Amino acid sequence: MSAVLHLERVSIALEGRVLIPPWSVGVPPGQVVTLMGPSGSGKSTLLSYLGGTLAAAFRATGRVWIGAREVTEQPPERRRIGILFQDDLLFPHLSVGENLAFGLRSTVRGRKLRAARIDAALSEAGLAGFARRDPATLSGGQRARVALLRLLLAEPEALLLDEPFNRLDTMLRADFRRFVFGHAVAAGLPVLMVTHDWADAEAAKGPVLELGTAADGMPVIGAARVPLAIDAARAAIPIGGDWSPSGKGADR
Amino acid sequence: MTRAAARAASHRLAPLRARSRSWLRCAPLITVALFLAPIVAGLLGTLLPAFGWLPAIGGREFTLGPWARLFSAPGIGAAIALTVGTGLVATVLSVVLVFGLCAQLHGRTPGRAGRGLMAPILAAPHAAMAIGLGFLIAPSGWVVRLLSPWLTGWHQPPDIATVQDPYGIALTLGLLVKEVPYLLLMTITALGQVSAARQLEAAATLGYGRTVAWLKLILPQIYPQIRLPIYAVLAYALSVVDMSLILGPGNPPTLSVLALRWFTAPDIRMYFPAAAAALLQLAIVLASILLWRSGETVIAHLGRRWIAQGARRTRLAPLTRIAAAAVAGLAGLGLASLIDLGVWSVADGWPFPQLLPKHWSAHTWTRQFSMVAWPLETTLIVAVLASALALLLVLGCLENEQRSGRAATLRALWLLYVPLLVPQIAFLFGAQVLLTVVHLEGSLIAVIWSHLLFVLPYVFLCLAEPWRSLDARYARTALCLGTPPRRVFLRIKLPLLLRPILVAVAIGVAVSVDQYLPTLLVGAGRVVTLTTEAVALASGGDRRITGVFALLQSLIPLAAYALAIGLPARLQFHRRQAGGET
Amino acid sequence: MAASWKSILAQARGQTVYFDAWAGDVRMDAYIAWVGQQVSACCDVTLRQVPLEATSQAVSQVIAEKAAGDNTDGTVDLIWINGPNFYALKRRGLLYGPFTQRLPNYALVNTRDPSNLYDFTVAVGGYESPWRKAQLVFVYNSAYVKHVPLSIQAFPAWAKRHPGRFTFPQVQNFLGVAFLEQALYALTPDPAVLLRPVRAADFAEVTAPLWAWYDRLRPYLWRHGREFPASGPAERELLEDGEIDMMPSFNPTEAAADVEAGLLPRTVRTVVLAHGTIGNTSFVAIPYNSPHKAGAMVVANFLLSPAAQARAGNIRYLGGPTVLDLAKLSPAQRARFTSLPASPWVPRRAALQRVLPEPHPSWARRLAEAWERRYTP
Repeated sequence: MSAVLHLERVSIALEGRVLIPPWSVGVPPGQVVTLMGPSGSGKSTLLSYLGGTLAAAFRATGRVWIGAREVTEQPPERRRIGILFQDDLLFPHLSVGENLAFGLRSTVRGRKLRAARIDAALSEAGLAGFARRDPATLSGGQRARVALLRLLLAEPEALLLDEPFNRLDTMLRADFRRFVFGHAVAAGLPVLMVTHDWADAEAAKGPVLELGTAADGMPVIGAARVPLAIDAARAAIPIGGDWSPSGKGADR
Repeated sequence: MTRAAARAASHRLAPLRARSRSWLRCAPLITVALFLAPIVAGLLGTLLPAFGWLPAIGGREFTLGPWARLFSAPGIGAAIALTVGTGLVATVLSVVLVFGLCAQLHGRTPGRAGRGLMAPILAAPHAAMAIGLGFLIAPSGWVVRLLSPWLTGWHQPPDIATVQDPYGIALTLGLLVKEVPYLLLMTITALGQVSAARQLEAAATLGYGRTVAWLKLILPQIYPQIRLPIYAVLAYALSVVDMSLILGPGNPPTLSVLALRWFTAPDIRMYFPAAAAALLQLAIVLASILLWRSGETVIAHLGRRWIAQGARRTRLAPLTRIAAAAVAGLAGLGLASLIDLGVWSVADGWPFPQLLPKHWSAHTWTRQFSMVAWPLETTLIVAVLASALALLLVLGCLENEQRSGRAATLRALWLLYVPLLVPQIAFLFGAQVLLTVVHLEGSLIAVIWSHLLFVLPYVFLCLAEPWRSLDARYARTALCLGTPPRRVFLRIKLPLLLRPILVAVAIGVAVSVDQYLPTLLVGAGRVVTLTTEAVALASGGDRRITGVFALLQSLIPLAAYALAIGLPARLQFHRRQAGGET
Repeated sequence: MAASWKSILAQARGQTVYFDAWAGDVRMDAYIAWVGQQVSACCDVTLRQVPLEATSQAVSQVIAEKAAGDNTDGTVDLIWINGPNFYALKRRGLLYGPFTQRLPNYALVNTRDPSNLYDFTVAVGGYESPWRKAQLVFVYNSAYVKHVPLSIQAFPAWAKRHPGRFTFPQVQNFLGVAFLEQALYALTPDPAVLLRPVRAADFAEVTAPLWAWYDRLRPYLWRHGREFPASGPAERELLEDGEIDMMPSFNPTEAAADVEAGLLPRTVRTVVLAHGTIGNTSFVAIPYNSPHKAGAMVVANFLLSPAAQARAGNIRYLGGPTVLDLAKLSPAQRARFTSLPASPWVPRRAALQRVLPEPHPSWARRLAEAWERRYTP
């Protein structure tokens, strides 16, 4: 089930201005790759592209794979790529349980079984008995956890994190980071996180890249100038260049 | 490599666009086809007879005869002056009063209660309001009764033309009662889109009072957004038929009533000058809009100088107080008119100058029920179907817009406004001929279509903003959870936007119930609604029965609003945050 | 004959008849609704009243359908019609008929009454079926005025003494123009010209006394003769409120019925002018392109039935003289009419005997046009 999330020479431009230079990267299962960059640099746009919901005004090239499955031209709902935003985006017209049921795959059949799965997920997240609650009555941390649970119940094959910890205060943030990364690793998901917070990157314990600007003003992606104790050797994934997943390059 | 590059280039995230279902992509097209094609054809059907061409009734050569006939008609000059006068005065006053009130009250609006009082006036159809106002201000009406005979000494109603007066004052008043709340609503909506409070605060720190700051800062920002509604009011006021019939003079009447009179004259040759009159009506509306536009430019120029002068005070301040009082007075008149309808409907003998009926009775309601049933049923069917159809098309357009990522341009919005800017009388006659050709004349379908022309713009305007401002990430999140777009639409967007959707439908119902001329002409008199009945009864009859029809006509939109506000609360209890802004 | 009526009844079964009828008088609407219930019960014909503000709307509708080539599937099945509107359709051959001889109840019609045979001097010829009688009368409120003018010549002087207390409907309305015609009858030297088409006469010369008289009357009319009520019912409202003291009416029993309905004070009285007034008959006609002619004939026949006529003659519902010849009825049928409730608000029967025929229809339009030209600001 676990597969690598591959980006192959993905690049995005808006009205002729390049936001993301051609970039190739592979994110192995259970690994978090962090892309740093100032706000407005196009990090979130990249995630929209990967999720399949890029606005029509953007022009994107490149290919995206999950393992051997190419998702580039698939509609968002078929990609099985989950995105966690900085806002929890719980559907306000549904209860907590209904929100989770909305996420839970329909392959889980039977009302009882589905309810059991949801209750299990909730109690495992320390939210036992919250199923019938109105999302509006939850605290920020609780809502964030429900949002992740909803995402995981949809059984994604890759996880994209769009500054998901931004809105939480410092105490909750560390807590929720552990919660997210713990679940992602346990589920064996490849995770691509964009953030501008070094603490996020450090907690992810994975390779850290930076979307910056080259001398000529063009955006570049390179290894982050790491101000912290990340083991550079763990950035074992080939970065940049003309990478393609083995065996898939043959048809070119 | 080149092939790969080409392929990669072709990706460009076409998937989103490619997936929008074909019917969805057709939605804007269908909408425009349902909309503009018949209007253009209808205008043509009016244009040709205006120059003598209508072979079916013997007009086989182009001539200026219809125009000569039009301009030699008795009282035509007075009719044109009356039309232009009432239309322009009503619009200018409406705009001035609304801006004055907002400048005076901004941030201090008596929110809920005020809006609650406005709702019945907004919901009441023009015809019903005109009938009620006619009852109220007639020489034998409540106003005079209130003052007689203790103050006036009148034991019989005075011989003063307080309604159907030759100068159209009653008509202008009727237009003000209806259009001021409408423009106020549009202005409040536009105000929601600028951070007015913060700007007023900033201005206050610079020493500007609220009223001046509002006029100098906020008004210029919101004006572009209420320009189209103002033009719609202008066009409406210049060409209204039902209110003119009820409150306007008859000798001569306004131009649109004159055109209607000729169109329905037994002498079929009157069709030619009638078409010319309808075209003249169109010309008057277009010229007035142009005039207004140039007025805007002048005022903008002067206003910019005024702003640059840096004056902190204005001599307009007392005027804004007067405006606020006038709006309150108009609202009082509107509410009293509706109450007057209700009182008449249960009156049993009410001779002048008694303030209240001698006896009260529900007889009129119970006895008239069989006569009300058929028009009531027709009214409801037409209103519900036209609104539902409009909702379907609007949702189609909005969903298509979101999936294709192309928002409607400003030009498209103008297209939407075409039925509201072109006088109804100018294209409905031509449309009637067309409908006769396709054998749909007098059918319920044709009437529903004609209502759709006016319902759809309002449903769109009402729904577009909430739809577009719904956080797109809800839909994205749902998509990323593996939900197909159709289900996202049904399970996420529709429930989240339930309240604005219902409000849009309620407005659709209100607009449909309001329609007089389309029902009359396209329905060929066979489709009888509460509105056509109420207007017919208003020309003279038993005021108790007229009261029943007009009140019932007002209650339908009001009930629709009540449902739109009340239903979501019952359907959804997890809605503390549900995108309920309307 | 009987066999053909049977086949008409069979054809009519299940048809929906669209009856274009002037609306605005609620009692009339209620009466038509009652007729609808009756024909539905007896003959399975559904009657739908298409309420008109003016009968001319139905006329232009039929003419427009003819223009559009809609020769078999018209939208109008039956029209309440007379005078200029009848003339307009008949002249163009847009009426179905002659059909009245096929109606069994037509045998009961009073054919000695010329107004049942000539509609505004135009021969009916079986193209329309009578159902109501009307005659110009004046209704006044005796609480405010004791004496009313009994001749046209007396109107200006009376109005001068009671300024603003008299008016009549606008001339686009049949009642308004009927008042002008009544005045013309009394004022023009040779009233016989009115029975011929207007083009045969010197319009200016014939009408000169009328305008002279009207110019004397006009300043003392309600609203100084600048505004007029839209219709008879609108004018009735003015009388009810006490805005005016006197008005013309085309229904001798209207006042009685209005008092019964609580729409006029009990102090109103009805008078007829001393030298007689214009009277006419209302008819129903069937457009040539009606798809439901059989149903329409069933309705027309029912309107002539003693039951329908007696109800129409009852002031509790409508009130008014019948078009039937009481001599042709059976004693039981006759009793329905003689037992109708009496009313103190109805003019003496003798006063209603002096009926002047309506002028030729062409006069109505010329008079209205000339009036508009002279008196529209």
